[in-house]
Amino acid sequence: MAYTLEGSTGTWEIVCGLEVHAQVISHSKLFSGASAEYGGEPNAHVSFVDAAFPGMLPVINRECVAQAVRTGLGLDAKINLWSRFDRKNYFYADLPQGYQISQFAHPIVGEGVVEVTLADGSTKEIGVTRLHLEQDAGKSLHDQDPTKSFIDLNRSGVALMEIVSEPDIRSPEEAGAYLTKLRQILRYLGTCDGNMDEGSMRADVNVSVRKAGEEFRTRCEIKNVNSIRFVMLAVEAEAKRQIMVWEDGGEVKQETRLFDPTRNETRSMRSKEDAHDYRYFPDPDLLPLILDQDWVNGLKALLPELPDAKTARFVADYGLNAYDARILVIEQATADFYETLAKGRDAKLAANWMMGDFFAALNRTGRSIENSPVSAANLGALIDLIADNTINGRIAKEVFEAMVETGEAPGAIVEAKGLRQVTDTGAIDTAVDAVLAANADKVAQFKGGAEKLFGFFVGQVMKAMAGKGNPALVNEALKRKLS
Amino acid sequence: MFEYTLATARDALRARKISARELTTAYSGAITALNPEINAYITETPELALAHADAADAALAKGEHGALTGIPLAIKDLFCTKGVRTTAGSKILSPFIPPYESTVTANLLRDGAVFLGKANLDEFAMGSSNMTSAYGAVTNPWTRHGDNRPLVPGGSSGGSAAAVAARMALGATATDTGGSIRQPAAFCGIVGIKPTYGRCSRWGVVAFASSLDQAGPVARTVEDCAILLGSMAGFDPKDSTSADMPVPDFAAACKRGVKGLRIGVPREYRMEGMAPEIEALWQQGLAWLREAGATIVDVSLPHTKYGLATYYIVAPAEASSNLARYDGVRYGARSAGHDLTELYENTRADGFGAEVKRRIMIGTYVLSAGYYDAYYLKAQKVRALILKDFTDVFRNVDALLTPATPTAAFGQGEKMDDPVTMYLNDVFTVPVNMAGLPGLALPTGLDASGLPLGLQVIGRPFDEETVFAVSAALERAAGFSAVPTLRAGA
Repeated sequence: MAYTLEGSTGTWEIVCGLEVHAQVISHSKLFSGASAEYGGEPNAHVSFVDAAFPGMLPVINRECVAQAVRTGLGLDAKINLWSRFDRKNYFYADLPQGYQISQFAHPIVGEGVVEVTLADGSTKEIGVTRLHLEQDAGKSLHDQDPTKSFIDLNRSGVALMEIVSEPDIRSPEEAGAYLTKLRQILRYLGTCDGNMDEGSMRADVNVSVRKAGEEFRTRCEIKNVNSIRFVMLAVEAEAKRQIMVWEDGGEVKQETRLFDPTRNETRSMRSKEDAHDYRYFPDPDLLPLILDQDWVNGLKALLPELPDAKTARFVADYGLNAYDARILVIEQATADFYETLAKGRDAKLAANWMMGDFFAALNRTGRSIENSPVSAANLGALIDLIADNTINGRIAKEVFEAMVETGEAPGAIVEAKGLRQVTDTGAIDTAVDAVLAANADKVAQFKGGAEKLFGFFVGQVMKAMAGKGNPALVNEALKRKLS
Repeated sequence: MFEYTLATARDALRARKISARELTTAYSGAITALNPEINAYITETPELALAHADAADAALAKGEHGALTGIPLAIKDLFCTKGVRTTAGSKILSPFIPPYESTVTANLLRDGAVFLGKANLDEFAMGSSNMTSAYGAVTNPWTRHGDNRPLVPGGSSGGSAAAVAARMALGATATDTGGSIRQPAAFCGIVGIKPTYGRCSRWGVVAFASSLDQAGPVARTVEDCAILLGSMAGFDPKDSTSADMPVPDFAAACKRGVKGLRIGVPREYRMEGMAPEIEALWQQGLAWLREAGATIVDVSLPHTKYGLATYYIVAPAEASSNLARYDGVRYGARSAGHDLTELYENTRADGFGAEVKRRIMIGTYVLSAGYYDAYYLKAQKVRALILKDFTDVFRNVDALLTPATPTAAFGQGEKMDDPVTMYLNDVFTVPVNMAGLPGLALPTGLDASGLPLGLQVIGRPFDEETVFAVSAALERAAGFSAVPTLRAGA
């Protein structure tokens, strides 16, 4: 069911494309040796190149190029063996050179595709137009002094990948799914950490609306949206605004807008008439970037398994359903954890434990899987204790909670707390006899046809045995004695 | 002391006939005496020079020496020098003291050179007269017979050329974007070579037009230039356009001779209205080479006539972008404003001179939306054709011989009314930059008024050796021994 918006004149469709700026994971900047690390004291990570001192020259960082190529390969995109850097000229205080070095005419990566899965289980391909490398700008701080602005050049020159999608997105959900999937792929590849709150991934959102069957209408660009949720809200808010403009007899003007999440609306930033003339031209300080196909092949051979392939493998190898498999591969670390856990064990039981108690414990304790108090080995050992009847399922939950709290191995906890399951039939018979004797009235009711009371007897026996009775043996003893 | 060439001074230093301190003291004295009149130096560094000289003497005393140990040089004020103010001839960089040393000057220091100071130049190397410097005009040490009116030394490396001609330095660094080494060398009766683009690192050299800028030396002899270039040149990983090629023994190439070489004479360099004495000088040069065993071949470079027009699109386009960084925010001069735009406007209005502003505006225009294709893109296409002209010709000849300039040095204040007249100075030199080739200018005669005139030798990419061989042969044949009016030791 296609997503549409109802206006007073009929049904509208959203057309949306995203330009994602993803900060490349690298030790140093795109064209200088300064650290590309996030944070640091203002202007602590600035070389003379980044500050555009006279006579300073850019030299391309090989690792940043490799990261862009890896990303292109991960997006199933064409790798352009010949690409070129251009200068995008404009003046701003946090742009020391007076131009940004970017790839305007000849990007390093061409057309690719991202497949997204929507809530209804359907999938959709969103086209990628291109990916290019460019420099980030510095940061202007206007709130440090009543009359002065401060400049922090730590980010100046850090490598960004601009990933431009085709206008294939038709709903806020698709926009969110595309960003989520793109971020997942970048994280798997290790080419961008995808941390939108640190600004290492941000999106410019292009939105227009149209009636069914129409050509594209005029679009607006919403700049620098910094969370997936805000992108989804911005798409909807902007589409609704444009529908109102059209339906009021007006015309949507091409312009750049900003999204205000507190008011859930977009605001005009600058019109097309005020747009910069960037005077792009090839950067004469840099030679064209020429890649060797063998080098690209070498990078391709070392790419990690990506989410789609991993999902398919989890379904095939572990017998999981697609939904569970997708959840387990959301992050590389989760998938790795699962594979360690499932190895040599009941794969479905392992999946249930991870997606149930384990994820709940992470949520509750605010931990990530990387610093989880319960290691995959320990969780596996717990599953093994259930499988070999050392403990029963109920006790296992108790043991798991102790593992979350202490980080200890399950065997040690079971021994220390004496939680080993009781399989001694004599002990079980004794407990059953005591419970039946103390509840003669209920025994009579049971025998009179109230069969639901069987559960009550099981509960009483387990309680009497401090939860350690083997459930199967307890059931068997009760059945025997009540028949 | 002032009779030494760089090569003979080097030998005298190594033989301990003179000390670096003596030599440096003499040159510093010459600067003190002559600079008030010539204005070849923007910044003099006599104390630094003595420190360099003493270090050189200490090395020589131990029997150690580099290629230039103890040789006093002038450094064009476009090369960033660590701890020494570097202005690029502009007011906007008047307070700028670089915290780093350019690769070329670092190479010279590595080889033991002594730095006397920073040489005057046209502002940001934009000019052919040295009249655009914010630090005053440079006076050519030469004067016409019976006429004491000051002449220009050419530009943009006017201070470097004048300093060498007047014996205020044994050699100097210079840069050449459209003729800024060769034209002032010709005007001042000395030798200057612009090597192949990529031969010398541009790292630490204030950029004018990045795809054309190339550092090179000026000195009094071809061999001196060869020695200097040998130190300045070399691959630099910090400059992406630097060539990863070995540096040959340029000085040895000076002794090769020209027997068997084919020398091309491009017919398009015979300009209408060119002074008859330039034509005569050219013919004389060809005759000398023929006598020395070379074959003279007429060749055609059909796109020569588009060279200047193309240059005056490409160079300003790059300059308009390269000079955007001088915004008053991080270094250099700042003129206050109420907001960022005003800060920019005031800083750049006060900091840049008229010629620089003119070129920034031309460059901004030719890159603008709607004009890019007609100007910049077309210029790039013509540039490719100019390069192809040379590539074709160099299949049949080993070097080209042309005049260096259409005229001898002109008077200060002349040609200032119409920028285009000034731009015509570079008509013979600009195509060489467009094609990235090595070109050397050397004096081979005087005009009727007693001013030096120069020829230009153009070579294949990275074949400076042939350029030096041909130039040295011309130098031997010409036996140019005239000296300028203003000079130390006179």
